[in-house]
Amino acid sequence: MELLNQNTKKIMEECKSRARDAGLCFGDSSLEYLVTNKDMTELSPKLMIPTLYNYWVNDVEVLKGKGLYEAYPNNPFETVINSRPAISFYNDNNPDWLNIMIFYHVLAHIDFFQNNRFFKHTWNDDFVGQALADKRLIEQLRGEQGRWVDYVIEFARSIDNITNFYNLLHYDYNKDRDVSLRLNYYFEVFLQQEKKTGESLVFNEIERYNGFVESHGALAESIFFSELKDIYPEFNALFTKWSEKNNKSKRFDLLSYINDHSPFLAKQKNIWMKEILAIVRNTANYFAPQIRTKILNEGWASYWHDNLFTADPRIAGHEVDYALVNAKVTSISRVGLNPYAIGLRLVEYVKELSNKGKFDYRYSLITNVENRLAYNKNTNQGTESIFKLRSDFSDFSLINTFIDQDFIDKHELFVTGKRINKQENVIDYYVKSRNYKDYKRMITDSLYHPPKIDVDEQKTSEETLYLTHLFEGKQLVFDDLADVLRGLEFLWGGEVQLETTEIHAMKGSDNKNLFDYKRVVYTMSKKKIKRAEL
Amino acid sequence: MTKPKENIKCTMADLSGISSANRESRGTFRLVDILPIRLETILYNLLSKSSVLQMHTLDDLIERDKQREEDGFPKRIKLGKIVKPVKGKKGKVIVVPTTTEPKFNHDDSIMGDSDEVGSTGGSGKGEEGEVIGKQPIDNNGNQGEGQGAGQGSGGDHELTSEAFDLGRILHEQFNLPNLKVKGSKKAFAKYRYELTDRNRGFGQLLDKKESLKRIIQTNIMLGNIDLQKEINPADFIVSPDSMVYRIMSREKEFESQALVFFVRDYSGSMYGNPTEAVCSQHLLVYSWLMYQYKNRVKTRFILHDTDAKEVSDFYTYYKSAVAGGTQIYPAFEMVSKIIKAENLAVDYNIYILYGTDGDDWDKSGDKVVEELKKLTPYVNRIGLTVVRNSYSAGVMSTFENYIIASGLLRTQIEKIRMDVFTNNDFDEPRLIEGIKKLFAE
Repeated sequence: MELLNQNTKKIMEECKSRARDAGLCFGDSSLEYLVTNKDMTELSPKLMIPTLYNYWVNDVEVLKGKGLYEAYPNNPFETVINSRPAISFYNDNNPDWLNIMIFYHVLAHIDFFQNNRFFKHTWNDDFVGQALADKRLIEQLRGEQGRWVDYVIEFARSIDNITNFYNLLHYDYNKDRDVSLRLNYYFEVFLQQEKKTGESLVFNEIERYNGFVESHGALAESIFFSELKDIYPEFNALFTKWSEKNNKSKRFDLLSYINDHSPFLAKQKNIWMKEILAIVRNTANYFAPQIRTKILNEGWASYWHDNLFTADPRIAGHEVDYALVNAKVTSISRVGLNPYAIGLRLVEYVKELSNKGKFDYRYSLITNVENRLAYNKNTNQGTESIFKLRSDFSDFSLINTFIDQDFIDKHELFVTGKRINKQENVIDYYVKSRNYKDYKRMITDSLYHPPKIDVDEQKTSEETLYLTHLFEGKQLVFDDLADVLRGLEFLWGGEVQLETTEIHAMKGSDNKNLFDYKRVVYTMSKKKIKRAEL
Repeated sequence: MTKPKENIKCTMADLSGISSANRESRGTFRLVDILPIRLETILYNLLSKSSVLQMHTLDDLIERDKQREEDGFPKRIKLGKIVKPVKGKKGKVIVVPTTTEPKFNHDDSIMGDSDEVGSTGGSGKGEEGEVIGKQPIDNNGNQGEGQGAGQGSGGDHELTSEAFDLGRILHEQFNLPNLKVKGSKKAFAKYRYELTDRNRGFGQLLDKKESLKRIIQTNIMLGNIDLQKEINPADFIVSPDSMVYRIMSREKEFESQALVFFVRDYSGSMYGNPTEAVCSQHLLVYSWLMYQYKNRVKTRFILHDTDAKEVSDFYTYYKSAVAGGTQIYPAFEMVSKIIKAENLAVDYNIYILYGTDGDDWDKSGDKVVEELKKLTPYVNRIGLTVVRNSYSAGVMSTFENYIIASGLLRTQIEKIRMDVFTNNDFDEPRLIEGIKKLFAE
């Protein structure tokens, strides 16, 4: 593994200046490495972070990756990691012209990482450096505690997918808002819900508060509330109660809850385990936005490599080669789902809609198909709109907002169904639906969505950790339950119970399945699992 | 007028990638200048010495997995294999370890319509309901990787090196017994003369490719190749030392020490799971013997329905199927004949592995028992695997009945062993359990 040579780095720098001219926005410095396929295979289980802590599961993955590579050689062109400065890895046998295209793609990814608000908590992090510090700490602990370090990593990782990423976002978002929680509570909850005051009074109060701001500046809030004590003596008590309840979600991230409350971890000889839980949680949160923005991120990068490279004079002579590479990356397959392709089409679709002024309320009122097609206000706001898209959207909101029947028809998309054909002993692939609702559902169903599992504090004690699974129409994968619960039993130092819903399917008439739902509790005690119906 | 929101347009100051709010708090600290240097050093140190300095080998990992059981947690490493498709009928098997991390996950497998097996995206022409493609149902379902062995896997030849690894892992991970009789027959070393060694300057046969490589190397070093221009081989400077030749050399060749007869019923009733189970187990045994005999294992493959036939490779052995009745004795008769005709018993440790669903038209089994008795003096071990059909799970099959009645399993306990399981109840651990049974001392 080595840094790009000066010649290639110069190509990269020119790409940067062109990308900036087009409006992309990213840090000045970036590191680019040439890597061999072996490096790639070894890095990918570590999510491409070379400094990530060592863990045996990664080693298994590396060995497997090597075998897989032997059978199916396949080299990604590039990989970018979201750190400061941004680091990207390139295959060591790309020709220069291809590197130009790839650099544009990478720069758009970097722009996305550094501007999409789902990544906000990663914006100040030199993650590679942080990971290195974590790695050293874990190595040191291994020296002291031996293989138990790896068990703790394993158990912590077994719940690192349910770290309530959206709660973290929500909390961060509220934290940064100008208005404090107390003011928020006073105007939005206390006056309107507790006191049921009329709107005019609420407005008067806001006016009064704004007056304080003008006369007292930064002290306005404290003076405002000290005066309030006389009018509503119960205010402070109610506010404390409310904020406890509403900040609950933050504490109810299972990993940090165990870290804070486990009687086992609190013991002096086990304190070191807390560090590991914190590292695993931070690492998971660092990667949480990546998996939730893949379609948009790839669509965004594909959009820019196409626009920037085709406008770049350096493409001269390689137009046909480029067309081929680009098609392989971004064509919509006859059967299957290519996130690059759908992401790119949606970015272009949003640009088109916005350019024609179709986000206007007036457009939504038009029902005549021809009029809808012909509608064009030439607003020229398309580029602005897709920059907003890149800042504010995730995969779910992208899919959920912009996939409509026009989009489906435009690209002739459909949901492919697969069903067993018993007569011919084959699986039939058939056009299942061309309705946008079905298509949207098919994609959203495939998006990353870990189950929501929280601690029930009422039923939790020093002896028992009680978890409840919020049933969202899907049961939990049964095979893993016992293993996860066994790990949690270790971390809690007592039995662990999980309340969840099971689906029992029964054959109904005409081959449709009928479902029966049962709420059950699994109890893991002394490494044995038991099941009881509620 | 309200204060305009902070300018969110991209300015040079923003380019450090730090959000404006935090830039303020960091004052004039010039992050941009310092970071790359430091990071480069770190990365260099880490990566140039190979990022996986501390990576575990497969053996370490398996050792660690054993330790887990002692610590009270279940093992997590499984052996998987990847089948590399190769043009022609044979594939290459690559053995890899696999593991999964247990997590709470949603189960997506429950569908409203029981014949539906999933949905995905698609594009292009086609009416709703129109079938646009068909895919044959593979009994094994999952392509690519899976546990155990047997999936369309390769012939004898390609299997060798991987089979050795698989055998070693099996042996170590599952504490399979060591064979006592191993090496009781002499291994002969034979010599062959082949054009394998390379020599520069002179020799019997010019190795053109190697020579060309050397010539190009020399010319690159001489600065005689300009990559910007078309390369003209006529301009190359050729040194006599660049010419690489092959010369005759003596190669030692070891004779195989063990011979394994794979024998199975391939009649109609064996279709699907029973075949899968038998072949998987046979492949595992083969791998293990490869390890025990340090790769010096030869194989023969025999199939039977009412008649027996020999086939040339494992793939055919695994894939063949006929619809028809079953008579077992011709298979053993054939093995017997081959051993005698080729005088194999002198040179080899012979193993016979037989797989069946237990069905035999000849209820008495006299002929089979007779053939087995005839074979026992020659062989080290005969392993009989019976994969009972799930619908008759609790009932002994014809084959089991007469084998047990014959008393062979008692009188010839050193030579003949039998393992029985049902066809919906086999997985890797069960198959390996079976191997232990078949080969226990």
